[in-house]
Amino acid sequence: MKKQKIKEETNHSSPLGVRGGFFTINTIQEIFDSLKHNKLRTVLTGLSVSWGIFILIVLLGAGNGLKNGVTSNFSDRATNTVQMWSGTTSLTYKGLKSGRSLSFGDKQIADVDNHLVETSNQTGVITKQLTITNKSEFGTYDVKGVDPSYDKIFNLKFEPNEGRFIDLLDNKESSKVIVIDKKIEEVLFKGTASLGKYIKVGDLMFRIIGINSKKARFDNGTAFIPYTTAQSIFNPNMKFNNIAMSVTGLTTQKMNDDFNDKLKKTMSNSLSYDKNDPQAVYFQNSQRDYLQTMMIFNGITIFVAVIGIFTLIAGIVGVSNIMLVSVKERTREIGIRKAIGAPPATILKSIITESIIITTIFGYIGMMAGIGLTELVNYIMLQSAAGNPNGPTVFKNPTVELSYVLISTAILIISGVIAGYMPARRAIRIKPIEAMREE
Amino acid sequence: MITLKNINKTYDMGQASLHVLKGIDLHIDKGEYVSIMGASGSGKSTLLNILGILDNYETGEYLLNNTLIRDLSEKQAAVYRNEMIGFVFQSFNLINFKNALENVALPLYYKNISRKKRNIIAMEYLDQMGLRDWAMHMPNEMSGGQKQRVAIARAIISKPQILLADEPTGALDSVTTVEMMKVLGDLNANGLTTIIVTHEKSVADETKTIIHIKDGLIGSVERK
Repeated sequence: MKKQKIKEETNHSSPLGVRGGFFTINTIQEIFDSLKHNKLRTVLTGLSVSWGIFILIVLLGAGNGLKNGVTSNFSDRATNTVQMWSGTTSLTYKGLKSGRSLSFGDKQIADVDNHLVETSNQTGVITKQLTITNKSEFGTYDVKGVDPSYDKIFNLKFEPNEGRFIDLLDNKESSKVIVIDKKIEEVLFKGTASLGKYIKVGDLMFRIIGINSKKARFDNGTAFIPYTTAQSIFNPNMKFNNIAMSVTGLTTQKMNDDFNDKLKKTMSNSLSYDKNDPQAVYFQNSQRDYLQTMMIFNGITIFVAVIGIFTLIAGIVGVSNIMLVSVKERTREIGIRKAIGAPPATILKSIITESIIITTIFGYIGMMAGIGLTELVNYIMLQSAAGNPNGPTVFKNPTVELSYVLISTAILIISGVIAGYMPARRAIRIKPIEAMREE
Repeated sequence: MITLKNINKTYDMGQASLHVLKGIDLHIDKGEYVSIMGASGSGKSTLLNILGILDNYETGEYLLNNTLIRDLSEKQAAVYRNEMIGFVFQSFNLINFKNALENVALPLYYKNISRKKRNIIAMEYLDQMGLRDWAMHMPNEMSGGQKQRVAIARAIISKPQILLADEPTGALDSVTTVEMMKVLGDLNANGLTTIIVTHEKSVADETKTIIHIKDGLIGSVERK
């Protein structure tokens, strides 16, 4: 009875009639049968895809590691800083004699703020050399009275649990708080914790509120106190000889030169001296450092992008090639299937689906392996750098953003599928007898 | 059932071309048992490939059950190959990564029959060919005769109206050849129109009509 029913079903397929839909359980079984029966081909093709994606992610990670390392090394130079120091006039000006000693006050800071839109932060800097004492340890250091914006201008660095810089409240209340460089802490506290403790600055006691880890290049350490505190204690005549500011948007040499001219003119008007007087006010614009740093950043960014693009191209070529070969070697099988009545679209869909399954599964494996390796390297580097996290390095955090990884993987998968589609399309277009003759 | 009118076929050989079939006229009725004989290069296999819709032709008309084959789309041609025509090749053309059962069942996959059902049907056909115990064997584990019987089972599993066999005994020894011809004879006796291409006189003698092809033309037709 059962046999009869089956025979009826076979006969029921009306001669030359319309077949069922494509993505049936039947079809999926056939596709997985094909993959299962061709384990070696499936695994080798898949591993090639995995390898392509793995290498892509590792190389992108290496490029990013290089970029992050260099960026980290140069990050303290990433701000365009301008400073000026008052001097003594060497030229007469509107009836005023030469040899006048100039100094800055709050008016000059306000003039900078009002006339130069490029400046984003500015502070007067009151510097005194004072002896700082902690119990029996002492040393002579530069003590600078500055605004909270000083931190933004010079990018000071505070590690977790090492406090903060001077804030607006400290400045408003003229608090006796102090931020010291790591170097000073090492000398005065000999490796013990200093945060929150009191030290003697000159004749007054200051509470330590922050330890700056940013290394100064030449001095032996600097301490910072609120600008208002410095004014009231060390500088009763409210004059000082240094103003620092940061500027933004000056990305070319010409823009910096124009800014320098405007600043000189503003100061000349504010302090009444000849704008061409070379000794009245000294200017220092870190534009050269800044532009050089920007050039290095841009160079590294381009370098990493080029690595990424070429690696992606290499990956596309590699994955496409293996899919091309993998499908091409099935031309004879495609011929046989056509000879026994396989519709071309069914063969094509079947091969494309196999390609998608292989590239997606193995692509995912390659992607995870790539991410795993880059994260492992990052972990090892973090562990080994734990003792000196701020030490110089040319390689740091060699990981790739997940969105880049997913997009790259998707591009390789799509390329592989397209590469598989082309020989499959050719094979279904040629006559079955010709396809069967191909080896 | 099959009517060929002035069929011409030329192979493009780069700069030269080879005119293989030079105006074939032929009529084969339902249930006939026909062999096509001829020397190598005479065009007999090409003629069979055209009959099986595995190859095309330049000019002429091929009518299969009064349908002009030239007008078929590739999708329609696939349905004809699946349901109307069974093809047996000299080199078997089994799919080497599928076992005997899966090879035989494959045409039914393209008729969208479930795997379970097509395997039951395929087993019946293998049984009919005396290969039930070889169902799970891969082609490379089987003899030439066994492979050819698997190929025949595959060719007839869709219950075609025509069976085309290109040198079906070409790769077989004499004992197996006799067995194979008995299988083909039995199928024809059950009403299956059977056309064999062969260069062996003893094989052709088993059929009821022998068509001789010479230089791309039908030389003579012997009817018994």
